[in-house]
Amino acid sequence: MHIVYRDKEWFVDQELTVNQMLKYLKLLPESVLVVRNGKLVAEDQKLHPDDEIKIVAVVSGG
Amino acid sequence: MRCRKCGSTAAINMRQHRLALCAVHFPEWLLEQTQRIIQKYRMFTPDERVLVAVSGGKDSLALWDVLIRLGYRADGVYIDLGIDDGSGYSARSKDKAVAFAALHPEVHLTIVDIPGLYGESIPQVAQRRRRPHRPCSICGLIKRHEMNRVAFEGGYDVLATGHNLDDEAATLFGNVLHWQVDYLRHQSPVLPADGQGLARKVKPFCRFYERETAAYTLIRGIDYIEDECPYAVGATSLAHKATLAQMEHDAPGTKMHFYTNFLKAKETGLFAAGEIAPELRPCPHCGQPTSAPDLCNFCRLWEELLTEESSMDIERI
Repeated sequence: MHIVYRDKEWFVDQELTVNQMLKYLKLLPESVLVVRNGKLVAEDQKLHPDDEIKIVAVVSGG
Repeated sequence: MRCRKCGSTAAINMRQHRLALCAVHFPEWLLEQTQRIIQKYRMFTPDERVLVAVSGGKDSLALWDVLIRLGYRADGVYIDLGIDDGSGYSARSKDKAVAFAALHPEVHLTIVDIPGLYGESIPQVAQRRRRPHRPCSICGLIKRHEMNRVAFEGGYDVLATGHNLDDEAATLFGNVLHWQVDYLRHQSPVLPADGQGLARKVKPFCRFYERETAAYTLIRGIDYIEDECPYAVGATSLAHKATLAQMEHDAPGTKMHFYTNFLKAKETGLFAAGEIAPELRPCPHCGQPTSAPDLCNFCRLWEELLTEESSMDIERI
């Protein structure tokens, strides 16, 4: 799968859940949302090798 | 994880509410909750005219969308700060606000062009005030003044901002760390109008996590500016948000209880002792209410910049 977060990207060739992916990337589920193939998905969802994943940072302000 | 309402696949899980909802029922839930918050805190009624402060970001555009869908008479105001860090931050955020407004011909968007009106952008003002890397307080002062001016001149009953629970909890966290009692007294979902020119200010999203407002914009397909203001990098409030996010991760509901229990404590009189409302008078230049003895802070800022300019001219001669 192709994962994009801010200006970074990763390619992962195995199935894993949203939670596992976030843990691997050291991101808190409270600070991001995960969009798979254009659709918002919850933390227990399985991600597949052919998925296009966008991780959206939700923290804003200053 | 299944939607509690229909049993289909959940799009979002809100651990603090022990509630998972699908892409159909989550926006419905957010609309219902917003309406409940508006009524609970008596923010405004369907007869009143609302002015939404729109930045082009997720919270303000989501708020504008929700208020329109709830049937409120909600117009928008965008303050063009003239921030161009090489990426055209202000221009791009304005485009988002304008594009949203174009999809809703029933509402009006007022654009306030700060460099056009006052001759200088926020970064230019900050540079002259010797705060080139931290213009946030000057920016806040100018935005508050201009939003209030548009609300007053446009005859709006109330000014609504997209502050969410994370914003409020981070502000509360900072104010408690420094025991800024006056700020704690002032922090509220509703700040009443003063009857002399200060608009009522409300925060209808104050009980939502920013993860929820972001989810709403994604599900609704609202195009917002994802980038942060370039001057927000390293801001203390972001550090406070990161601390609170870790606490929330370890104990879901921490942020919500921190903020809502603060509001409950205020209702029972905490921080009420010693409260003295400052005496307000109209600024002799702009007419907006101020507690300052002469010009309001906004007019004083521009006067000082003008004075500085004149003295520099004299030096040149």
